[in-house]
Amino acid sequence: MSMWIAVLVTGVGCLLLKVVGMTAPRRLLDNPRIADFATIVPVALLAALIGLETFTSGQSLTVDVPRVAAVAAAAVALALRAPFLVVLLVAAATAAGLRAVGVG
Amino acid sequence: MIVSQRAWAPPVRDGLGVGVAAGFAGLAFGTSAVTAGLSVAQASVLSVLAFTGASQFALVGVIAGGGNLAAGVVGAMLLGARNTLYGLRLADVLGWRGTRKIVATHGVIDESTAVALAQRDRDDARLGFATTAVTTFVCWNVTTVVGAVATGHVGDISALGLDAVVPAVFLALLWSRLRHGGRERWVALGGVAIALATTTFLPAGVPVLCAAIAALVATLAASTRPTETSGGT
Repeated sequence: MSMWIAVLVTGVGCLLLKVVGMTAPRRLLDNPRIADFATIVPVALLAALIGLETFTSGQSLTVDVPRVAAVAAAAVALALRAPFLVVLLVAAATAAGLRAVGVG
Repeated sequence: MIVSQRAWAPPVRDGLGVGVAAGFAGLAFGTSAVTAGLSVAQASVLSVLAFTGASQFALVGVIAGGGNLAAGVVGAMLLGARNTLYGLRLADVLGWRGTRKIVATHGVIDESTAVALAQRDRDDARLGFATTAVTTFVCWNVTTVVGAVATGHVGDISALGLDAVVPAVFLALLWSRLRHGGRERWVALGGVAIALATTTFLPAGVPVLCAAIAALVATLAASTRPTETSGGT
């Protein structure tokens, strides 16, 4: 699969997924198992992505101290109810700051 | 959801704030995409067409890891299925028909859903949704290009800490669900554990798909105890 095909399939696919939701018959969610799985599956996927983005590079497990610290700082910011943009800035500043002083 | 809402906040201001914040994430996406090997054009097409951050980051993450493209696409689509669920809710809340509904469909994302569902009546919901969707779309696509183009000119992206923005975006998206209850936390822990345990021997992209098993187990466990109510939506 070439890069362009992957990009186009993902782009069109994600767009179609939105169309399905806005136009679907409501009966689709009448099956409680389907509704429940569909509701909970993003939690598993997002958590997996957080773990992989934080603790891996390529296919190896790594602990990049500035990056791990940045995610921890983002968690603290979220716990303090910081707005979305502030959370992202805190994460970037933490990683950049630690690297600037030679950590990691 | 990712927006700290106040009941009195005008929907337009919410929408603008959220949209601008998403633009910052777009900067991180543009840099990640080009660093992973996408062209500026490919990064832009993805932002225009898919217009859903988590899926785009997921695909680029797999490509950066040298993984299987098909697995990356499937992972992106699974994440994109969130928007299907949002649409089911929003179709009723917004009540648009015809052309407006068609245009609104592309704007169905975490941020616009959060702002729309936080409003008290249909007019405010429509206003909040439209403002958020349009602002986010413009900012996200402009910053995708800026990030992608800048990557070629900035020597070391990691010095800016933009690589840490990606997991922070996911964490922000997940946070309110984690506050929900124990079930979400167990599913999240299961997802992390499965992904990290399998990442060393499965092709990049596949561990994320395997993490869905945690959600499947939770669903099956819940359905064997029909009297228990799940954590809601």
